[in-house]
Parts: sequence; C-alpha cells; structure tokens
Amino acid sequence: MTQPATVAGAHRHAPPQGFLRTHVFSLDHKVIGKQYLDLALVAVCTGIVLSWLMRVHLAWPTTPIPGLEKLSPNGAAGGVITPEYYLSLMTMHGTIMVFFVLTTAPFAGFGNFFLPIQVGAEDMAFPRINMTSFWVTLVAFLVLISAFFIGDGPPLSGWTAYAPLSAVGKDAGPGQGLGQTLWAISILLFCVAQLLGSLNFITTTLDLRTRGMSLARMPYSTWAWFITSVIGLIAFAVLMPACVLLLLDQRAGTSFFIPAGLVISDRLQPHAGGSPLLWQHLFWFFGHPEVYIAILPGFGIVSHILPVFARKPLLGPRVLIGCLIAIAFLSYTVWGHHMFLSGMNPFSATLFSVPTLVITIPATIVTLLWIGTIYGAKLRFTTPALFCLGFVSVFVSGGISGFFLAQPSIDVYLHATYFVVAHFHFVMAVAAMFGIFAGTYFWAPKMFGRMMNETLGKWHFWLTFIGVYCVFMPMHYLGLAGNVRRYSAFTDDYLKPLIPLHRFITIAALFTGAAQLIFLFNLIRTRVRGPKAPDNPWEATSLEWSTASPPPFDNFGGRPPTVQHGPNEYGTKGTARDYIMQASPGPAGAA
Amino acid sequence: MGKLFAVVVTVITVVSTAIFITHTWWLPVDISAHGHAIDHQLSETMLSSGVLFVLSQLALAVFAWRYGDRKDGRQVKTFPGGATPMVVLAAILVGAEILTLTFVGSKVWAGIYQTPPDPNSLNIDVQAEQFAFYFRYAGADGKFGAVHPELINEANENFFGLDPAHDTTARDDIVVPSLVIPVNRPILLTLRAKDVNHAFYVPELRIQQDFVPGLVIPLHFTATQTGKHEIVCTQLCGLGHYNMRAYVEVLPQAQFDQWLKEKAAQQ
Repeated sequence: MTQPATVAGAHRHAPPQGFLRTHVFSLDHKVIGKQYLDLALVAVCTGIVLSWLMRVHLAWPTTPIPGLEKLSPNGAAGGVITPEYYLSLMTMHGTIMVFFVLTTAPFAGFGNFFLPIQVGAEDMAFPRINMTSFWVTLVAFLVLISAFFIGDGPPLSGWTAYAPLSAVGKDAGPGQGLGQTLWAISILLFCVAQLLGSLNFITTTLDLRTRGMSLARMPYSTWAWFITSVIGLIAFAVLMPACVLLLLDQRAGTSFFIPAGLVISDRLQPHAGGSPLLWQHLFWFFGHPEVYIAILPGFGIVSHILPVFARKPLLGPRVLIGCLIAIAFLSYTVWGHHMFLSGMNPFSATLFSVPTLVITIPATIVTLLWIGTIYGAKLRFTTPALFCLGFVSVFVSGGISGFFLAQPSIDVYLHATYFVVAHFHFVMAVAAMFGIFAGTYFWAPKMFGRMMNETLGKWHFWLTFIGVYCVFMPMHYLGLAGNVRRYSAFTDDYLKPLIPLHRFITIAALFTGAAQLIFLFNLIRTRVRGPKAPDNPWEATSLEWSTASPPPFDNFGGRPPTVQHGPNEYGTKGTARDYIMQASPGPAGAA
Repeated sequence: MGKLFAVVVTVITVVSTAIFITHTWWLPVDISAHGHAIDHQLSETMLSSGVLFVLSQLALAVFAWRYGDRKDGRQVKTFPGGATPMVVLAAILVGAEILTLTFVGSKVWAGIYQTPPDPNSLNIDVQAEQFAFYFRYAGADGKFGAVHPELINEANENFFGLDPAHDTTARDDIVVPSLVIPVNRPILLTLRAKDVNHAFYVPELRIQQDFVPGLVIPLHFTATQTGKHEIVCTQLCGLGHYNMRAYVEVLPQAQFDQWLKEKAAQQ
C-alpha cells in the first residue's frame, strides 16, 4: 500500500521575497487558501446583507430602508425596494452565495490550505496555475459586483438565469442588458478558475502524496476534496460553454436559447431556432452536481473532525468513501428533477425521479455513519464538534424534504414554492455553512497559529443553530400552503394570510444574521491577538497536526513525513495517548 | 453541553413535527379530480420521511446526551455489529421506501401528465406574457384561428396575434383575461408563451406547468367544485412576476354556457 517517495521536490519553488510575492501574488497554497477564505468572507457578508434587504422588504414592503436609496437611486427610490430591484437582490444573493461562498470556501479555500498538507506535499502540483485560479475568481467576483454600480443595475433572472429572459437583452427588463452580460462573464471566469483548481486538486492528490500515504490512508476531508474536484471538472466544463452561448445570444445575435416568434417589449425578436430548454439542461447538468460540490467538502470536514472530538474512529470509513463516490456518479443522472414541469417529455420525469430517490441511499448511510460514530463516544463539546453535530441535524432536516421534491407527483404542487427554498437552504446552504464554521474553528489554530475563543464560538453556535431552524423550518409550511417563491410582494389574496409567518422569518433572519457578527469578531480578534496555538491542540491524527502552527513555507520544514497509519486511529488502547498520529513511527501502538 | 444540545434538538424536532401533524399551515382545499392522489402521495411521504426525520434527530439527541466525555476513564464503544448491518438495513429500508414511493407516485404522475386528454374536453388556448394570462375559446365554429406572432398587438388587444381579416376561423374566437370553466367537465389547456418562460399554477387544482417560448404544451384536468381561485405565475418572468395572476372561475355547466354565449355576443 505504500507509495513511492513524494515527487514534491520536483515542484519546489523558492520562498518568496517581499510583501507582494509573500502575501498578495503568492504561489504558496496556504496563502492562496486564506485568500479564497477571505474572499468568501467578503462574499458571505454581502450575501447576508442582500438577504436581509429581501426579508425586510417581504415582511414590510412599503417601509423605507434607511440609506438604501444612496446605493440604488433607481432600485430603491425613497428607500423602498422596487419589484425589479428585489429580483436583482435575489439574483445577486443566489449567485454570490452559490459560487463565491459555498464553492469558494469549503472547496477552494480549505482544500487549498489543507489538501497538500494532509497528503504530505509541500505545495499544489501547479502553484502558478493555483495562483491564477484565485485571481481569476477574484476578478469574477468583482465583475459580478460591478453590476450593482451600472445604470440598469444587476440582472433579475435569478441565479439560474433561464433563457430567453436572460438571453434577449434589455428588452426583457431592467438589468437584463449589461447586468446580465456581466453575470455571464463573471460565471464564465469562475468556471475557468474552478476548472484550473480542480485539475490542480486531482493532480496533487494523485501525484504528490508522501511516502506511505496510500489512498486508503488519506484523510476523509482529502477524499472529499478529491471527489469534489472530479465532479467540478465535469460540471464547470459544461457551464462554461453554456455561458459562452448565452453571451453570444445576448451580444452577437445568435439564437441558441431563443426560438422564433417572440414578442418582447412590443418588439418581434430577431431570433429563430433556439431552445429555452437547452439552457435549462446545460445549466442543471452543472447545477445539480454543483449542490454536491457545495456539500461534499462539508461531508469530508465533518467526517474528518467528528472522530477527533468523539475520540473514536469514524464508523465504516470505506463505506463512507464508497458513498461519496456513489453520490458523485449519481449527481450526473439527476439534473432533470429541476425540470419536471419544464415542458420536457413527462416520461423523462419518471426516469429522473428514480436516481434522485436512489441518491438518498448513500446520503442516508453517510448520515447514519456519523450518528453511529457518536454512539459510545467520549464527546468533547468544543465549538467545531458542536458545529459538526449541528451539521448532521440540519443535513437531516434538509435531506428529508428531498424525498418530496424528488417525486414528480408531489413536485406538481410544491415546485417553485417556499418548500423548495427551505429544502435547498437547509441541505446545501446551512449544512455547508456549518461545515465551513466547523472547519474554521477546527483549523484556525493551524491556519493562523492562534486559538479561536471558545466561549464566543459556543454563543455563535447556539444562536446560529436555533436561528436557522426559525428561519428555514417555517418555509416548509409556507410551501405547503402554496406560497410561491421569487415574489417581491404577496399581493395575491391567498398569500396575504401568510404574511405574519413571513414577518417571523424576517425577524429570525435578522437575528441569525446579526449573530454572525460574533463569529466575525472572534475571527478577526483571533488573527490579530488570539492565544498562541500548540501544534496539535485537538489531539488529532492527520499530517497537518504533525507540523508547526502555522506550518512553515514548505509545510514540513524540509522533512516530508512518512506515513505509517491511517487517519482513523482514535480510541486506541495500550498507548500513552488515545490516538496515533499518521506520521508516528512504527506499527500501531508505538505512539 | 451535550445535554443542552439534546434538549434543543428534541424541542426543535417536536415543535416542527407538531406543526406538520396539526396541519397548522397546510394545502388549500382540493377542487380537482386528480388532486386526492397527489394529496395521498404527499401524506404517505410525510409519514415515512417524518419517521426517518424524528428517529434520526432523536438518535442524535440521545447519543449527544449520553456519550459526553466525563473524564471517567471509560473506553469508547463501537456501534453494535459495526457499520455493515446498519448500512444493509438502511439500504433495505430506504430502498423499500423509494420503491414504494416510485411505484405509486409514477402512477399518480402518469395519470396527470402521461394520459391523453378526454376526447370530450373543452379546449382552451392560453397565452402567457409579461405579466398577464389570456384565454381563448374557439367560438361557434369550434375551431381556433391560427396564431401569428408578428400580428400580436397589445394596443388593439390582439393578444394572440390573430388575423380575422383573412382567417375565418379566428373571427369568432373569444379572448378573455380570466379562465372560466364548467365544473366536472374535462378541460384541455394549450399553453403558449409570447415572450419568456411563465408557469400556470393553481394550488387548489393541484396543477402546475411551465409555459415555454417555442413550445405548445398541453395540460388537462377536471375541476370538481365550483368557486373562484387565483392562477399564479411560478416561473420567474421579469419585474412584474409577483403580480402576474388571473382567476379561474368554476361554474355549473348551465351558467358556463350562458357566460360563453354572452362573451360570444360581445366579440
């Protein structure tokens, strides 16, 4: 099972000189990982503020929001959000959160920092490509955000950008001209960055493992990042050309997604021959795997962290890897469940429904493995442990509603209602955020060399855990009552009685969002003057804990570790400590 | 801390489940011939997945309560039987649930979307546009006039792009902004989109379907109760999306015939 000596030496690059090369245009995967995380932090703050604005508007549609008029004189004249500006906020919220938070932080951010260290490499396989990936991602983010500052404002077609609304230009509404073009360019750039990043992750995992780091000995987080990169390589490779076609439709007069005979803004559109469903197929062929790109790193992080604080091995590690691979394969067979009612052949709905339901089997098994791991454990209720337990709870809550939406016969009623909003927020947004929080509290000592404050961390956990349930659980009830999503106001008679429930959700969302300031304060304080972290504060086994906190430039001080054990050696008997580190010498028991 | 976690998870589970069980917020009355099958499928799914939800959350709560590290030197325990029996059991249980849901659910779905419409259906053409629905009845000749997008003109209220000057079948077409249908008679809608994607959703009719530009999509159902309900657009279609709605009015056959006659006279 042992691997040949690492080939990391072949990729060695000299330590950087000067501030710019060390902290800005750095080739070091650790700096790049932190840059991704910082970008995600800016993005998530933006996304939360956007959701606050939307929630306040939904609860009190005519109440002016102080200061908003300055940001958007057209979209919020007098501080009151217009219907089109609401949709723009929603589009930007979804796009920012899915791409620049849920993909960027758990995958690109943590993956960049820890994948090379966990396999015993001194950097990514292609450091220059790695640096390029980050800077392209940053440019993509700036291009997207710039849509706020142009005349017509950001696009309003949602993060799914369905054609022809997104393809015909400014005739379709405000923001659908330049705003939608900026959106498409941004996503196109993001795809390029992710493709480069995925290649780097795959190559690093396969080629740069240190001596003794067989695939079976890789930590579960590394497995998850590796499998996520394979998913990403295929998914972004489809979204990228789709964005090119969309741009051509918008700007070059082509008709990939636009059929003949459309009359928009009283103008017969000069297009013919395209198919709106083609966009939906291309988008969701990316879009559903994207859900797993967001959540699988969370699976890995929880599987990596839970045994540390349970002080016992993860239950069924090989089953876990098998399930992750099964999910990755199945993720490419289910995209049509977003399109049951799209006008595609209704027979295909049945076909897409089956794999969608089948994918719940590996997902259920993984959840049971986590719960089974807690059985008989000696749980240490640190902040990262609490976020892992919270992850399991919210993932169950989100996963359960998938049973409903996977069935076309129920989707007939629940499609495009708040039930869907509740489902995907729990299962891919909140769960993934809990994974990100668990990872941040767990790895902060290694990333910054300082411990995060546990008391603040626990306050953050409790307020967030209860808060997200208050925000998203009631959305199931709204959905059951037929409350349609993506509405900027509930003017329909049957929706008016639901407004008090919306107000409850809004208040909960404001509090839950505000609770994140505790995290922000804790994180910033830690980076500036938190207590110094020891090398292995949590008594964990994987290679990142065998090196200094923070690790030196080449990760292991010129001595690449030799791996002797798997990552799951917790609760060991007959040793001085109850765990054996992966790089500990000798056979099991010699820790 | 484990006990607090257990209590919080239990409270969340009990409160959320109670709200589902008591139907505090629930589906509106069903007025369609097929809706009971959807409601039944939803209730079955609610029951089976609800059991999974409660059991998983409670297991998490119980284990968090019991297995905190009390520094008492006890050894950790592995899950009884290891992973294999649990995995096999889970695969069988969830597999059986999926099989049942798929088997029953596919029939429900096929009954709505994969069966041909009743040959005696009342045919109504529906045009969706930013941000309104228009409905067209064939008139006395029983034939719809051909649609010419280039002739669509909002100012002249030619919402479908009809050409009555040259097309005799178009002359008696009745175009209205509300859907009026007779009770207990099969209805066949033909959905067309003028500009972008829209959707037809009536919660009480348990029916939803996208309008897609370039496609002509059939949708059939039978309303079993008289009354007036809202038709709402559920596919994001632009700035006025939230306000894109119409009404469906279900009338006794005689009243419907009378209404149609009056409308025909006004054309």
